[in-house]
Amino acid sequence: MTRWNEKTSRALIEETHKRGETLTMALRALVDAFGYVDEAAIAPLMQTFARSRAEVLGVIAYYDDFRTTPPGNHVVRLCQAEACQAVGARELTAHVCKKTGLELGQTSNDGALTLEGVYCLGLCANGPAALIDDAPVAELDTDRLDAKLAALTS
Amino acid sequence: MTARVYIPADMLSLALGADEVAKVIAETAKDTDIEIIRTGSRGICWAEPLIEVETGAGRVAYGKVSADDVPSLFAADFLGGGAHKKCLGPVNEIAFLKEQQRHIFKSCGLYAPCDLTSYAANGGFAGLRAALAMNAGSIIDEVEASGLRGRGGAAFPAFIKWRTVMGANKTQKYIVCNADEGDSGTFADRLIMEGDPFLLIEGMVIAGLATGADKGVIYLRSEYPVARKVLEQAITTAREQNWLGPDIQGSGKAFDLSVFVGGGSYVCGEETALLESLEGKAGIVRAKPPLPALEGLYGLPTLIHNVITLCAVPEIIAQGGEAHAKLGVGRSAGTMCFQLAGDIKHGGLVEVPFGISLRTLLDDFGGGTRSGLPIKAVQIGGPLGAYLPPHLFDTPLTYEAFADLGAGLGHGGIVVFNERADMRAQARYAFEFCTHESCGKCTPCRIGSVRGAELLTSSTPDLGLVDDLCDVMVAGSACAMGSMTPIPVQSAMTHFPDEFGVRATQAAE
Ligand SMILES: Cc1cc2nc3c(=O)[nH]c(=O)nc-3n(C[C@H](O)[C@H](O)[C@H](O)COP(=O)(O)O)c2cc1C
Ligand code: SF4
Ligand code: FES
Repeated sequence: MTRWNEKTSRALIEETHKRGETLTMALRALVDAFGYVDEAAIAPLMQTFARSRAEVLGVIAYYDDFRTTPPGNHVVRLCQAEACQAVGARELTAHVCKKTGLELGQTSNDGALTLEGVYCLGLCANGPAALIDDAPVAELDTDRLDAKLAALTS
Repeated sequence: MTARVYIPADMLSLALGADEVAKVIAETAKDTDIEIIRTGSRGICWAEPLIEVETGAGRVAYGKVSADDVPSLFAADFLGGGAHKKCLGPVNEIAFLKEQQRHIFKSCGLYAPCDLTSYAANGGFAGLRAALAMNAGSIIDEVEASGLRGRGGAAFPAFIKWRTVMGANKTQKYIVCNADEGDSGTFADRLIMEGDPFLLIEGMVIAGLATGADKGVIYLRSEYPVARKVLEQAITTAREQNWLGPDIQGSGKAFDLSVFVGGGSYVCGEETALLESLEGKAGIVRAKPPLPALEGLYGLPTLIHNVITLCAVPEIIAQGGEAHAKLGVGRSAGTMCFQLAGDIKHGGLVEVPFGISLRTLLDDFGGGTRSGLPIKAVQIGGPLGAYLPPHLFDTPLTYEAFADLGAGLGHGGIVVFNERADMRAQARYAFEFCTHESCGKCTPCRIGSVRGAELLTSSTPDLGLVDDLCDVMVAGSACAMGSMTPIPVQSAMTHFPDEFGVRATQAAE
């Protein structure tokens, strides 16, 4: 993940459009590159895909994946769905929230960590599951997750 | 002789350290004649990472292998199938696998997912070869004879949609594969896409030949990055080997395919929201009619099916629809790929013909709970599925028997809850999830779910009001998100009344 960059952003939008792909694909490319969609990308997206500002903002707001603020250096996404609930995801989430002082959807003030919820990773026979910087982890308990979080910051 | 070691590389195995295991085995064996093959998963999730070695007597499995086990595995001569505490014996003798009747998953985990030669050597492309020699009408006749119904949730007879698309008088038509797999407790689509992607490709090409569509799209959820990589590679390989492209195997028939990655929205699994999303818009559910089969993607005829539905097609065409229809019970024909999840000892994929009981699935395959606590309830069919108590576990797993219970099988996900589960919290979560995912088109879904969650925050909720609210949601929602959220809510209220306090209406009487 790199820092926001106007030139790269414009290039990604252009390339997506040239390949005949849609607005959502351009948003995907931006999020993959920068972790979020910067406000400065809205105007080029409107122009390139011939959509109104309201339409572009509506699409961004609709999808969970399209953040509008930069994520922390590390992103932890904890599964909140039923199969993980059945094996302690609620307790695990409460533990992590308490430990980090963050709620789901928040980023720490120092920009080190973003905590998010996610609804099922397809690892439901081996929950609780999570994504840590896009790497899947499963069979979590507080010890295992604490160790993984500690490894991130060390 | 080269020793062959098979190590899965599906998302679950990766989550449990399979890469590390592969790395340490490769390092330890650097002076040995050894080949490590990264495969899909067998779906024996409780034993992942499950590695296999080829021996004279077939493949031997070692379960829950970690990098720390590798030295002792070598010391025990695991390359020769040696005894070790992690050894599970011959993989095909593992009861969890042996008692299944795998059709769709028969080759999953056998070979590297994009190894086209192995796919073909294990019966792959037999259906497509047959289809290339058939006319469109007779392909659809076989699908009709098979009794195949959609595995995405609604269980609609497949052939009706095929015939509608075939009959639509347009030059451009589409096959769309619904790989949004949003239901908690489900992972069959993931496993097959990551483990045997050519099967899905083959099914989609056959659907294209039958309906006159030459373009396909797989709508894949973004939570499945491994599947994306595998599918993209498999599509490239299939193109190179002429199983996709302008002139498939010299037949003069064309079909090509791409992958589209979603944006993290549950409702985008609903077929019309999915089409909107494919067109680059927010996933707002469309009014039906028009049916997608007539006016789907970009207003053109579109056949939409779940991954597993499409994966059932190759065998149906290769062996004839009759053989498929003979499996299962009555109008629940074929096999169902159940997924055991939540608090279950032996979680994973269980493919069996329709008709076995829920109890058999939970006890014989699942082995009871992982925690050792008694089961309180299972939720079947994802977030819109019913919570059922143990006294209903003898119900046979057929569409009809579950419809009679006011429940459904959905995509076959079964989530097990132990006695510690708080059923009011589960019911409230159903409303909260609806609030989170609602596309906003219908007021009962958008606002009703908020009110429902509020009502269930009280330990003595006004259940009469909850019932009224549910009635409004059922009657006034354009799709199952709103109209089926009452199913988990009211099933929990019906079967676990003491967790919802005294009914306010009863108290007033
Ligand atoms: C809220 C909602 C979510 C859905 N999610 C999925 C999904 O993730 N995968 C799927 O195959 N079908 C899903 N469906 C069902 C589809 O609308 C559609 O019925 C299905 O893709 C048709 O394929 P089939 O005939 O093979 O079942 C969903 C439906 C609703 C209402
Ligand atoms: S029921 Fe809910 S999700 Fe479905 S169309 Fe209406 S508002 Fe959208
Ligand atoms: S419910 Fe958590 S991974 Fe599926």
